Amino acid sequence: MTTDITGVVAEAHRAEWARVFAATAQLTRDLDLAEECAQDAYAQALLTWPQTGIPERPGAWLTTIARNRARDVLRRESNFRRAMPMLVSDEAVPGPEDGLDDDRLRLIFTCCHPALGRDAQVALTLRLVCGLSTAEVARAYLVQEPTMAARITRAKKKIATARIPYRVPAPDQLAERVSAVLEVVHLIFTTGHAAPVGAHLVRRDLTESAIRLARMLHLLMPTDGEITGLLALLLLIEARAETRLSGSGRLLLLSEQDRSRWDTQLIGEGTALLTDALRRQPPTRYAVEAAIAAVHVEARTWEETDWSEIVALYGVLLRLWPSPVVELNRAVAIGFRDGAAAGLDALAPLLADPALATYGYLSAVRADLLRRLGRWAEAAGAYEEALALNDNEVERAFLTERLREVRAR
Amino acid sequence: MAKYLILIYGDERQWDAMTPEQQTVHRGAHATFQAAAGSRVLGGYELEHASMATTLRTDGADGVTTTDGPFLETKEAVGGYYLIEVKDLDEALELAAMLPEVHAGHSGVEIRPIVG
Repeated sequence: MTTDITGVVAEAHRAEWARVFAATAQLTRDLDLAEECAQDAYAQALLTWPQTGIPERPGAWLTTIARNRARDVLRRESNFRRAMPMLVSDEAVPGPEDGLDDDRLRLIFTCCHPALGRDAQVALTLRLVCGLSTAEVARAYLVQEPTMAARITRAKKKIATARIPYRVPAPDQLAERVSAVLEVVHLIFTTGHAAPVGAHLVRRDLTESAIRLARMLHLLMPTDGEITGLLALLLLIEARAETRLSGSGRLLLLSEQDRSRWDTQLIGEGTALLTDALRRQPPTRYAVEAAIAAVHVEARTWEETDWSEIVALYGVLLRLWPSPVVELNRAVAIGFRDGAAAGLDALAPLLADPALATYGYLSAVRADLLRRLGRWAEAAGAYEEALALNDNEVERAFLTERLREVRAR
Repeated sequence: MAKYLILIYGDERQWDAMTPEQQTVHRGAHATFQAAAGSRVLGGYELEHASMATTLRTDGADGVTTTDGPFLETKEAVGGYYLIEVKDLDEALELAAMLPEVHAGHSGVEIRPIVG
């Protein structure tokens, strides 16, 4: 029974932390105090629930306990608290659009405020919205815990002293601010999907946090096409997560993955969201990326992949969101549609692009195209270059194996 | 309510190189900013060149060294400031974005919360 309760509380932490914390912060107007009280509420649940049973709505129960605790502290320390910088609440401000009056939205817009640096936005979002511990956030970004603690403390201090408001932005700023939030969510996901450094290819703590954030945003703002597009994208990529590594931990390419093990439920959900996102004009960057992911999951075999469609979608994406990385992906797709020589031609203009000078995937793509053309010596050189630019152990193992193959020819 | 100092930074040579027409447009933009901000502007002035500054530092003993010039020699110098009082950072950002220096290539503004 006890282990049962522990599991239920852990699940309530994953599912309800943002709600409990955000509602408490709205009351305390002090992020540290809100954190303390929300943590106390979860500790209280571990003690109380074995006796009283699990409440019907755990989130509401936890929120009540946390807010009561906050009221006690505020009453006791009111004089001391008055001297501290407080969160600016949103009295006398043009209210958010209908239905956006939610503490969790206030919290995430505050954590992703443009006056905070990107690193600070990501750290605060994981810590305060997702409820990861400082140690977990530090581990995810491979920095020492005191470094991460200092980063989070500084960001919280800036919110209070610079008076970054704790509120949902006004309608005229909403779209821009939603984009900023989605960039943070997307970045958390991509960092988790292909960890830049370390022993693991995938950091599930990050990909799961990002998906939970996207789900929450979609639930709260269901008519926002950009949010819908991002959620669709993340689900369609996540559907393949289980098949990206072999039993022995080797990186498996899309062409080698066991498609029967792709998560059909996530694919169904992602495809439905994508259909909805594409109905909105103009399509957003994320919706087009999701459409590309959908073409992949719809192909029953690697050979059935509709590369013409993928090349066309990358063309659309380039117009919406010009980026050398998108051009690189388009060149890969051309390489599969028209053959490796055509891929290499498409890649040529990118080799001189300074933005990609240290981008290891460019070398890896070039190496693969050269390998397919049987240009072994050049391929070996490109694999060496890709290895020099990659710090992820799983990807390095893959590149090393390929390098050995081409050298043996 | 909270007070912020808007520090206007830019390349003085480029400010000097403005044509009379550009200066008129520039001054007009400041007038528009001041009209929009109204009583939220508590004060603000354009500053003489940084080269006109005088800097005092300790001489390492009991005395003071006086030097001719700004505290930091940089290409971009503070050319002026506004002291404003608004509700929160968003309101400060919205006002500051109206300043013409935000939209010129060589200049920008820094928004510093005032303690208290």
